[in-house]
Amino acid sequence: MDVSLLINAIIAGLLLGAFYAAVTAGISISFGMLDIVNIAHPAFIIVGSYIAYILNTTYGFDPILVSIVVLPAFYLLGAAIYQVYHVAFEIRGQESLRGLAFFFGLLFVTEVVLVLFFGVDYRSVDAAYIGANLPIGWGIEIPLRLLVPCITAIVMFAVLEIFLGRSFIGRAVMAVSQDPLALKLMAVDPTRIKRIAFGISIATASMAGAFLIIIQPVIPSVGRDYIGRIFAICVLGGLGSLPGTLIAALLLGVVESLTSTFYGPSWAPAVSFGILLLTLAVRPSGLLGR
Amino acid sequence: MRTPVFLALEIVAAVALFFCFRAFGNDYVFFAGYTVLQFIVLATAWNILGGYCGYVNFGSAGFFAIGAYTAVCLYTVGQSPEEIFPESLLGPMSWIFPLSVPTIMVIAGVIAGLVGLGTGYLTLRLRGVFFAIATLALAVVLQTLIVNWSFVGGSRGAYVIPPNTVPLLGPYIQYLFVLMLILVVVSLTLARLIERSRLGFGFATIRDDELAAEACGVPTLKLKLIATVLSGALMGMAGAPFPFYIGYTEPGSVFDLGYAVNTIAMPMIGGTTSWAGPLIGAVLLGTLQQVVTVTISSVANLLIVGLLLIGFVIVAPSGIVGLWDSFIRRAKR
Repeated sequence: MDVSLLINAIIAGLLLGAFYAAVTAGISISFGMLDIVNIAHPAFIIVGSYIAYILNTTYGFDPILVSIVVLPAFYLLGAAIYQVYHVAFEIRGQESLRGLAFFFGLLFVTEVVLVLFFGVDYRSVDAAYIGANLPIGWGIEIPLRLLVPCITAIVMFAVLEIFLGRSFIGRAVMAVSQDPLALKLMAVDPTRIKRIAFGISIATASMAGAFLIIIQPVIPSVGRDYIGRIFAICVLGGLGSLPGTLIAALLLGVVESLTSTFYGPSWAPAVSFGILLLTLAVRPSGLLGR
Repeated sequence: MRTPVFLALEIVAAVALFFCFRAFGNDYVFFAGYTVLQFIVLATAWNILGGYCGYVNFGSAGFFAIGAYTAVCLYTVGQSPEEIFPESLLGPMSWIFPLSVPTIMVIAGVIAGLVGLGTGYLTLRLRGVFFAIATLALAVVLQTLIVNWSFVGGSRGAYVIPPNTVPLLGPYIQYLFVLMLILVVVSLTLARLIERSRLGFGFATIRDDELAAEACGVPTLKLKLIATVLSGALMGMAGAPFPFYIGYTEPGSVFDLGYAVNTIAMPMIGGTTSWAGPLIGAVLLGTLQQVVTVTISSVANLLIVGLLLIGFVIVAPSGIVGLWDSFIRRAKR
């Protein structure tokens, strides 16, 4: 086995893993902490990608900068969707069947609307760091298009972790699915906390979308490939644990990268499903789960 | 109404439908009608698990594809058995192959049922949402397997060339239409039987309060597995004639997310608590889609399905059947 090939695959896997962590962060909050099974999350990521694409191709803005600027818009969108979800499903106690169908419909409608507007051509963005490589010797090179999203993703992750662990609202978010009544006794409205948290979870989709379109060209249906992946990571990491999510994402990134290097890229999608089934069968609470 | 009477009525309706379509003298109605019938089967199958037990299956396309690719595989084997079997087996194999479409449907049903059993066994012991996620991922993985399996055409796709005519009926599409019609009768009868049996009451306890059911001694895991197997098998059987219908099968069209959305949207719009719901939903939505695909575009038709699904789950959670029931109740007062 070629050693530099192996090392290259592992490095690419780690870089990809950090990106997967950014993609999963939102699900970790909504599914892991709030118990809202938002399977439409990948659709919002793709919307983020297309916003980055439009502003990049028409004005030449940097995709990551764009994604940070539109964060508030995504936050408001998330808060609005939670409000609908709360009124239509949570109050009636119908999250499990109709709530799931609602998000599935949302995923589908978003995809179809994107197809109507942009067609099914692959879209990509331009930036100085796309296409360049950072050589670090011994025949090993780090592609900057992976490194830049990776570093930004880790920064985003750190900010989220500090916010959730240190601030009052962050701690309330962690508490809301465990004991809403206790939260009410602290004079905090659980619905408001959930609305804020869901808004944040959708806001992360904006940045994840920008990373996605930097890493690979995007078509509307690409989001579907990420559904299995993000839930695999979320479950493997342990529901609601951000550090667990990061570890699981890096792990999946490396395993996928090795699979596609040594068996061919067409096998990579099966990896996440294998990991998901294995986790569910052997240790449903995940790596760092409670 | 007793089951034999119901069955007799269904058969009368099916025969009447067939001869009505024949009276048109145009095979197009059979092509369009076949799609609607296929959706009735898929929606009814989905509802056995989704509506009766409350477990969401997002992998309808996967089960459908298992059926379709079982057919492609068996057809390919039947085309050139001498390349696959050793000399000694060729004699008995030429008796077996080529298989008829009904046989293929049964085999496809068995395989899809087994896949349902496996997935269910691994994930149904956990919270319901894990099953839903696993089925979603199942479709992706099956697609990966098919794309990498060159015997059934891989990502290129495979041709299945049906004969032009069959004895007695005439055009081949009418033969497929009749097969699907029989499957519709079978699945509706099955769904109605389940609804009125101990099994159906067991399913309902799972849907309403699984913990309480478990505590009362209802074997929930066993019941859930039965529902998953029945539902998966019916979906597989609905998929088996598809390669003969479409002629050219490729992963992209068989694993289309449209199947998953339609099979969820139809029972949700029709109503999930009785066998009539999926039937009404499938007939309405299926026909609407045929019309929209022809008059506007196929993308627009998918958009309509998605929006209807979202609209109904928010505004009318018990579907058309539920709306009708409350209308009757109000009229009686």
